[in-house]
Amino acid sequence: MADVPSDAPQHCPGTSSEQAGKTSSCQGCPNQNLCASGATKAPDPAIEEIAVKMLSVKHKILVLSGKGGVGKSTFSAHLAHALAGDSNKEVALLDVDICGPSIPRIMGVEGEQVHQSGSGWSPVYVEDNLAVMSIGFLLSSPDDAVIWRGPKKNGMIKQFLRDVDWGDLDYLVVDTPPGTSDEHLSIVQYLSSAHIDGAVIITTPQEVSLQDVRKEIRFCRKVKLPIIGVVENMSGFVCPKCKNTSEIFPSTTGGAERMCEEMNLTLLGRIPLDPRIGKSCDEGKSFLAEFPESPAALAYRSVVHVPTHTDTHTETHAYTH
Amino acid sequence: MEQNNVTCFSAEGGNLALVKHVVLILSGKGGVGKSTLTTELALALRHTGKKVGILDVDLCGPSIPRMLGVGRQEVHQCDSGWVPVYTDAQKSLALMSIGFLLEDPDEAVVWRGPKKTALIGQFVSDVAWGELDVLLVDTPPGTSDEHLAVLENLKKQHKVDGAILVTTPQAVSTGDVRREITFCKKTGLSILGIVENMSGFVCPHCSECSNIFSKGGGEELAKLTGSIYLGAVPLDPLLCTSIEEGKDFIQTFPDSATFSAINIIAQTLLTCLQNS
Repeated sequence: MADVPSDAPQHCPGTSSEQAGKTSSCQGCPNQNLCASGATKAPDPAIEEIAVKMLSVKHKILVLSGKGGVGKSTFSAHLAHALAGDSNKEVALLDVDICGPSIPRIMGVEGEQVHQSGSGWSPVYVEDNLAVMSIGFLLSSPDDAVIWRGPKKNGMIKQFLRDVDWGDLDYLVVDTPPGTSDEHLSIVQYLSSAHIDGAVIITTPQEVSLQDVRKEIRFCRKVKLPIIGVVENMSGFVCPKCKNTSEIFPSTTGGAERMCEEMNLTLLGRIPLDPRIGKSCDEGKSFLAEFPESPAALAYRSVVHVPTHTDTHTETHAYTH
Repeated sequence: MEQNNVTCFSAEGGNLALVKHVVLILSGKGGVGKSTLTTELALALRHTGKKVGILDVDLCGPSIPRMLGVGRQEVHQCDSGWVPVYTDAQKSLALMSIGFLLEDPDEAVVWRGPKKTALIGQFVSDVAWGELDVLLVDTPPGTSDEHLAVLENLKKQHKVDGAILVTTPQAVSTGDVRREITFCKKTGLSILGIVENMSGFVCPHCSECSNIFSKGGGEELAKLTGSIYLGAVPLDPLLCTSIEEGKDFIQTFPDSATFSAINIIAQTLLTCLQNS
């Protein structure tokens, strides 16, 4: 059964929710008895379907942060670009930020359309070996708002994982919205029978950010999602005129380094602020390609080198320029 | 920190009956400074003598308690519901956030939409705000359960004056905020104006201004969508540190360009609310 059936009332809790059939909104719904019986909470068959689909995807990396605006999408996009720099690798970037899909713009493919065929939805190709999927491609106007409650967002994520014709992939990078809610639970749930290599957690140096990121780390541990490491983004700004460094987002509590020590995590690296990063994202260009010798690009390269070494039992993948 | 006593106001007509104005702080985009701006606007409004409340409905990432330096407070009950946490003895600034209901500050709130909707309903109707000039509602990024819940519940109880939308100058940000504007239009929520945050950084060493997150996007967005442009707030590490430490930036740096910018926005907001 669909998570939110078409004949469900407005505040349907979702057929797989613990409250299915039991909330006040369920009164009068034609599915109420079925939901209350527990039949709809049987494992979603999509989980197995997705597991089969994911057999052709060697590595799956989630990019998370409890905090918004720390650079998850920027990092995801550049991780994807960096991995696709090896033309022998097939890479895909899946954007599950349903309300704020930034990936199409950042990857320079805003306005592209997704096509459906017998083998599923075809993703949008940025390069021959780099594919992208986002709800952004399903919206007809940049003003369209996706005003969906949780169950409907979950359904979309399920479709993205089950119905996109990715082909054989070496890497699937998943960009997520901030928080620890429906999207995050759904991704973990739907990929539960497929092996996820782990999560890269993005933060800025501030405690206001770390506060939320610690919750995300707790979430990962709760759902047994391995954490590859933490990236401290927006870590210092070098003035282009006088070359002095300013800490624009100061770390009053030791930044990501102390948090990683306290929580026994790997600090993958620090990436400085560079106005050209934002500009590249706005223009849909790869910052790594545009400004390869900049301190921020070198920092990115040093960071993205690491997630490719997640599985030491098979091949190791060295990032090649 | 102030210990709350448990007497509270019991207003006929519900807990929002004595709240004069309700303003939502929205953005489609995360990390643009909604919570920071909510906090600073509240402090600026209080500075002018107004009684202010903040309702923090960001359940996954509640930042406001830290920003106001109220840390871990217990929330008390009274006949009318929950007593908000006050930042001072004069009760000039009241706050409610899920942050106060968590035993462990690092505890993740891993809830799906329906559970978030239910708590937000309680936050809207069961907090005994008493008399307030302005209630600011800080929201998480997006156009989903929290936003629908807070709006639906507010509308049942009270006229919602409108929303302030926060963006940074970049297209990646304004791109999301355009969708939030559509959300406002579809739900009949007035847009009181757009604020461009993180608008330029002046190097403290040489005074060179760098447009770290690009330039002009907020004003362009306002023009494009026919909204009022409330103004720009610069990137200011002193504001960031102040917020981190829960200090009152306005008292510490009253002469800063940042305070001046926030004050103008607060004054414009007050004028707009008084005229409506």
